[in-house]
Amino acid sequence: MNKAWIAALIALAPLSAETIVIQNATVMTVTKGTLKGSVVIKDGKIAEVGEKVMVPQGATVIDGTNQYLIPGIIDCHSHIAADGGINEGSVSVSSMVDIKDVLNPEDIAIYRALAGGVTTANILHGSANAIGGCTLPIKMRWGKDAQSLIFEGAMPGIKFALGENPKRAGNPQGGRGAATTVQARYPATRMGIEDTIREAFNEAKAYKEEWDAYNARVARGEHLIPPRKDLKLEPLKEVLEGKRYVHAHSYRADEILMLIRVADDYGFKIRTFQHVLEGYKVAKEIAAHGAGASTFSDWWSYKVEAFDAIPYNAALMAKKGIVVSLNSDDAELMRHLNSEAGKAMKYGGVSENDALAMVTLNPAKQLGIDNRVGSIEVGKDADLVIFDKFPLSDYAKVQKVLIDGTVYFDRDNEVSGRPAKQAEKQKLIDKEKQNQQRQQPARRPGAPGGQQ
Amino acid sequence: MKKLVTALVFVCAYAFAQAPSTFAIRNAKIVTVGGPVIAKGTVVVRKGLIEAVGENVAVPSDAWVVDGEGLTVYPGLIDSLSTVGMPGAPATSTTATAGRGGRGQATPATPGTPVTAAAPLARGPEDRPATTSWVVAADEIQATDRRIETVRSAGFTTAVTFPTRGIFAGQGSIVDLLSGEKAGEMVLVPSVGQYISLTRAGGGGGMGGGFPSSLMGTISYIRQIYLDAAHYQLVKDTYAKDPRGMERPAYDRALEGVLESKRILFPANRLVEIDRMLRFAAELKQPVILYGVHESYRPEAIQVIKKYGAPVLVSLRWPEPTRDANPDDVDSMRTLETRDKAASAPALLKKAGVRFALYSDGLDQPRDLQRAVKKAMDGGLSREDAVRALTLSAAEIYGVADRMGSIEKGKIANLVVMRGDIFEDRTKVELIFVDGRKYTPAPDTATPGGRGPATDDPGGNR
Repeated sequence: MNKAWIAALIALAPLSAETIVIQNATVMTVTKGTLKGSVVIKDGKIAEVGEKVMVPQGATVIDGTNQYLIPGIIDCHSHIAADGGINEGSVSVSSMVDIKDVLNPEDIAIYRALAGGVTTANILHGSANAIGGCTLPIKMRWGKDAQSLIFEGAMPGIKFALGENPKRAGNPQGGRGAATTVQARYPATRMGIEDTIREAFNEAKAYKEEWDAYNARVARGEHLIPPRKDLKLEPLKEVLEGKRYVHAHSYRADEILMLIRVADDYGFKIRTFQHVLEGYKVAKEIAAHGAGASTFSDWWSYKVEAFDAIPYNAALMAKKGIVVSLNSDDAELMRHLNSEAGKAMKYGGVSENDALAMVTLNPAKQLGIDNRVGSIEVGKDADLVIFDKFPLSDYAKVQKVLIDGTVYFDRDNEVSGRPAKQAEKQKLIDKEKQNQQRQQPARRPGAPGGQQ
Repeated sequence: MKKLVTALVFVCAYAFAQAPSTFAIRNAKIVTVGGPVIAKGTVVVRKGLIEAVGENVAVPSDAWVVDGEGLTVYPGLIDSLSTVGMPGAPATSTTATAGRGGRGQATPATPGTPVTAAAPLARGPEDRPATTSWVVAADEIQATDRRIETVRSAGFTTAVTFPTRGIFAGQGSIVDLLSGEKAGEMVLVPSVGQYISLTRAGGGGGMGGGFPSSLMGTISYIRQIYLDAAHYQLVKDTYAKDPRGMERPAYDRALEGVLESKRILFPANRLVEIDRMLRFAAELKQPVILYGVHESYRPEAIQVIKKYGAPVLVSLRWPEPTRDANPDDVDSMRTLETRDKAASAPALLKKAGVRFALYSDGLDQPRDLQRAVKKAMDGGLSREDAVRALTLSAAEIYGVADRMGSIEKGKIANLVVMRGDIFEDRTKVELIFVDGRKYTPAPDTATPGGRGPATDDPGGNR
């Protein structure tokens, strides 16, 4: 009896406080070079990294021989895992909406992203508005509930958008002279976008002053009715207070400079320029502002403002001292960000390590979570990916993905589990068909109430 | 004196001849729901109330006697979320699309109905888009709605009927399904809660239409409304205490409507939605009832519902395969699973001790309703529990179990008398008593499918 208990306890032990050792892999730490060695994971954190490590008693050992271990990939621009639309496109300032409210932990794109080695993603509002909705980074904790996806403690963000997308809704649908027009929404020009952002921050400043004055008077012991809480202006107030990052969708050099000027005027910072395809033209200015740049490797010409893009963009911006990341903006592209990083080596001669940093450490820095993720260092979250080949290659396949030291994707299990899943599904399909057939003859043709 | 009494009796008798107010159903099986089943007993109904129930109850001399041999008496069924009697809802199944979408879009509004469709595009929460929170179902009831008779013929004596258009659609009322009466007589409780849907005023296209045009927009709007309502209340109270020197708060009927509502009804079908909406209701500090809840067959869903302790209303419109779908399209595992297991949700909820009731969700035709309930029974719900979920449980959820939901002395005389066991194919409704008034069921003129779901697809995109 007692023995059975102890056996059961031993069997259960690894589930709770699991210690894992990934052995004999090529470990690309990003911050501390690449080594052939092992990584010890305790309580979801990286406990030790080295060529030779002691395997603690009872640890689960994952053999990494001939395999590569990298930090979990981070996508700084994604729209997966959200229900009911990612654009609140009815208004030009939609800061009242928040992706956090509509997270969908059951979006299959999460699992697919995991299978591509992504462990963290910045889930952004769309680009239909000059000032879009609130955003946040999530971890790909597939199988957990919505709240458990949220990257705990990470600074939330807000999406801004410049150029064609936000001004499009201000123009008649189908372009000039189109027969069908929708009610025009201001603005319809790039000038109008600047004005929209300035007006919003004028409002936000007044709102902040109102609240600051109220708080000051309350602190003096006065009893007052608080000002009305405005969900549109709250996030902008937070931007002014440095409590919320601005991620600005942008393409052209002129509008990038415009937004930097606006930010300087109102005393806030742009955390990242997103897409930023002409960033190479104004890299010095972006660097001086202290903004990061999150761009595509080689995706352009899908609209006029994306014509002046070059695949050297990432490398050139990095050379000017900008923290550069490569993002997906797409559920499919998200699954092979590793090879997107590889392209930075081809175009611009970025080193292996720096290229890998563009999909790990750099996006972590841009999201302000580099103290937790982005590299393989002692004390950081055990968000790790095992590839079978050199990870920046197109031929590399993800073998295992760990988040907080828990395996969330295992290629072997995935592949071997497919027949069983397929059979289970077929069983349901057959059952439904049978039920339908059983109901069919019972129904007299044309009889009332036959459908159920 | 004696003459006068005789005269009075005569007058009364004359009145009763028109519409008798005392009945006795004797020798019937009585499923009281509140207490044990009486194998053979008598129910006495007087002036709209249950005067007595039991095995050895004397039949009053002035009662109209119904011989209950071979009959079973159940409490009148309560449809815990309905649109019966609401203007603008179609009388029959003209817009049925079995399964999704139907509500609202295809239904033309009758003049004078508060609808939001024609309103100018909203530019933000301050325009109060898709909001008619001040509308009370009791004020809108159309006693001439033909659906009243249809639904009653299925054994429903009571409906909790709601305005269902818009985000804040309005306040539901508990009504007894009397025919051709003054609407006011039908009303038991004028306001039981605010019906909230996650409709997007802008149509969900993202661009163009009005605010809100996304699920997160709708959620943000609901959140702003409750912030505004709290602020409004505070300003109003302060002003009422001492108006001198204070700016007068502007009257806002949208907020008045929200403040009047003692609970909210939120849509949630999928597990994700159940989790999301319960968390949201807790954030808003509003007592909540979830409606839809087809994925509550999932253990995680039941866990969440139990955690928040919210009652749920399970839609009887079980998910069906899309008709005329491309045969090459295979639904996702989750969709297949939900179609297979949704009807087992009531049994699982019961087992977990969750407060739940069943609602018609636009299934008006007696046959459709009977089959839908039967499906839940096939999914493991006992007949006893199925009856409870359509009677006492509904009454408890809305806080009116002290006057209805079971056959008990002093409660409202809402009864349904059947030949055979309820929810079985061959069982016939013989008589229905609503507020002590006797009705016979209308002949079954069913057209399949009902009139489309009363609740919308909660939560938006799939």
